[in-house]
Amino acid sequence: MSLALSIGLLAAAGVFLVLQRGMIRIILGFVLLTHAVNLLIIAAGGVGRREVPFIGGDMSMAADPLPQAFVLTAIVIAFAITVVLATLAVVSKGDDDSEAGTEGAEAGGEDVATEKSGDQH
Amino acid sequence: MISLLEALLPLFVGAPLLLGGILFVVPRHHLLQPVIAMGTLLALLAGAITVLVVTSNGTVIAHQVSLWPEGIAIAFVVDAFSALILTAAALVAVIGFQYMLASGESKSPSIPALVLILIGGVAGALLTADLFNLFVFIEVMLLPSYGLLIFLSRRSDMAASRLYVVVNLLASTIFLAGVGLIYAVQGTVNLAELAGTGDDPATAIATAVCLAAIAVKAAVFPVHGWLSRAYSSASPAVAALFSGLHTKVAVYVVYRISAVIFEGDSAWMAAILVVASLTLVVGALAALGEKDIRPLLLFQMVSGIGFILVGVALFTPEALTAGIVYMVHHMVVMGSLLLIASAIEHTYGSGRLDRVAGLRTREHLVTAVFVIGALSLVGLPPFSGFVAKYALVLASADAGVLLIAGLLVVVSLVVLMAMMKIWAEMFNGKRHSDVETLAAQERIRTRNGLYDTDALNHEEVAQEAARAVEHIEPPLGLFGVEGDPHGHRGTRVHFSLIFPALILGGFSVALGFGGEFLVQLAQQASAGLIDTSDYVRAVIGR
Repeated sequence: MSLALSIGLLAAAGVFLVLQRGMIRIILGFVLLTHAVNLLIIAAGGVGRREVPFIGGDMSMAADPLPQAFVLTAIVIAFAITVVLATLAVVSKGDDDSEAGTEGAEAGGEDVATEKSGDQH
Repeated sequence: MISLLEALLPLFVGAPLLLGGILFVVPRHHLLQPVIAMGTLLALLAGAITVLVVTSNGTVIAHQVSLWPEGIAIAFVVDAFSALILTAAALVAVIGFQYMLASGESKSPSIPALVLILIGGVAGALLTADLFNLFVFIEVMLLPSYGLLIFLSRRSDMAASRLYVVVNLLASTIFLAGVGLIYAVQGTVNLAELAGTGDDPATAIATAVCLAAIAVKAAVFPVHGWLSRAYSSASPAVAALFSGLHTKVAVYVVYRISAVIFEGDSAWMAAILVVASLTLVVGALAALGEKDIRPLLLFQMVSGIGFILVGVALFTPEALTAGIVYMVHHMVVMGSLLLIASAIEHTYGSGRLDRVAGLRTREHLVTAVFVIGALSLVGLPPFSGFVAKYALVLASADAGVLLIAGLLVVVSLVVLMAMMKIWAEMFNGKRHSDVETLAAQERIRTRNGLYDTDALNHEEVAQEAARAVEHIEPPLGLFGVEGDPHGHRGTRVHFSLIFPALILGGFSVALGFGGEFLVQLAQQASAGLIDTSDYVRAVIGR
């Protein structure tokens, strides 16, 4: 139950942050979202009905290692992409919270000469 | 022969990844960069063709990685369908990289390495028989794509790159959640072990989560909006490369999952049919509103995804065959059209339909390649588009959905309108006085390595334009214009930039005349999708 609640909470907070405009908030949102999914995969291994492995007990009831391997892989990938996203947040500052940022950049790219002659037709 | 291929199967993924890694440490301008990259891509193409020949009789080759027992190992598996798509993907990659070599884009840092890693991920996604592994390979394919998009983004426009990364990351996260749900329900993510489990509602819903995520990556309506925005800010060559690889891998996954897990369950396929028909209509209509050649072509791509998905949604042998033929046709033709658009943009510095005009009388080869691509996309004989569309319309009529058959024909007319729009403005339109200036600006930018946002010296531009008019011969031959009022002379687009698109156009013609050959291969591929027992036996041995 606590696992389900944390997944829900993380996913909700993640979605909220991803819908924000600033890039840093989006990145933090993805961090939370991937955590939610990682917990979901752990939950898929049936944590409720299984026990700690190796320490006594019945091996057939030991925790499922496969979801843990999945999560490990997913964490590495999510980390790599978070770095890419962080780079994107850094390389062009100041345009991540204004809607018209891209339009302005494009119009600024036109050369004056072509702008003039472009108006003629 | 088969056992040898079986042992070598992981090389399709391993070799590009390894060599891509090595290229990161080779100095940037070293001759080894293009040689290794092109060599690997050509070897991959040769390997894909070999596998296609072997699997074209219905053989399924599987390799249990690390030689673990079947069912425990993560398998690489190739049947006629994956071999066919792998061959087409490798072809597009070879041609796309050839364009990058010609346009000088391959000289930017790490580009050859990123292309190799990209194709390694594509091969992995096409060959793997495990859903979690599929997620990993899709990520392997996306990470270099982010790099390619950002490094070669000409307008230094990071907003589009951000959009692309964010959309894909969100889709991947949802896909991963879907994989987790499938594991929770079935206790396995091996595709072969999941075969036919779509009858169970819980599994079906978990799989639907995966399909929804993949639909985002395939740019299916209503989640198609990111594609044209993100790809039109990328370098044109990268857009051509992505169009042949990314969305098509996603569509391949839709085919595979629908066939293996759902086994063509009619309720789910009806849902796909609705989405697919909306996609093909919306894509074609959206294209009409565009003013640049590239977004216009990119919306044709969205529309094409709809055409391809109609094939799997109907799930009859004929429809699957037609869908697969359409997929191969679409990869080739979209590649050709986007590359010719790249060549125009690269030379004239703009893809705006009203700015670059009157190409018909000046750029004969460009015009010829565009006409081949456009007519093939519309679906006129003798090009590959005719074979694909004719097969698809027939298959939908046979399946009893005449509405869809009619829709396919009507949408083809809308596509024709979009192509006519390009033709009327870009090729047939009246030449503007600033076309020469545009081309001169672009040459100076290319020569000095400047961005579009950097200011240019107007005198230098004027001199360059005047010199070009003076030195380049007027167009000769049949289409030459006597006494051109603007003094625009000679072709500007270099042959090496047209050549890649020309080859793909040639393939479209060849597949049009040799349609029977492609249809036979696709029939074998669709047979493997309808009866998945060979696939399952190869992967888990029962």
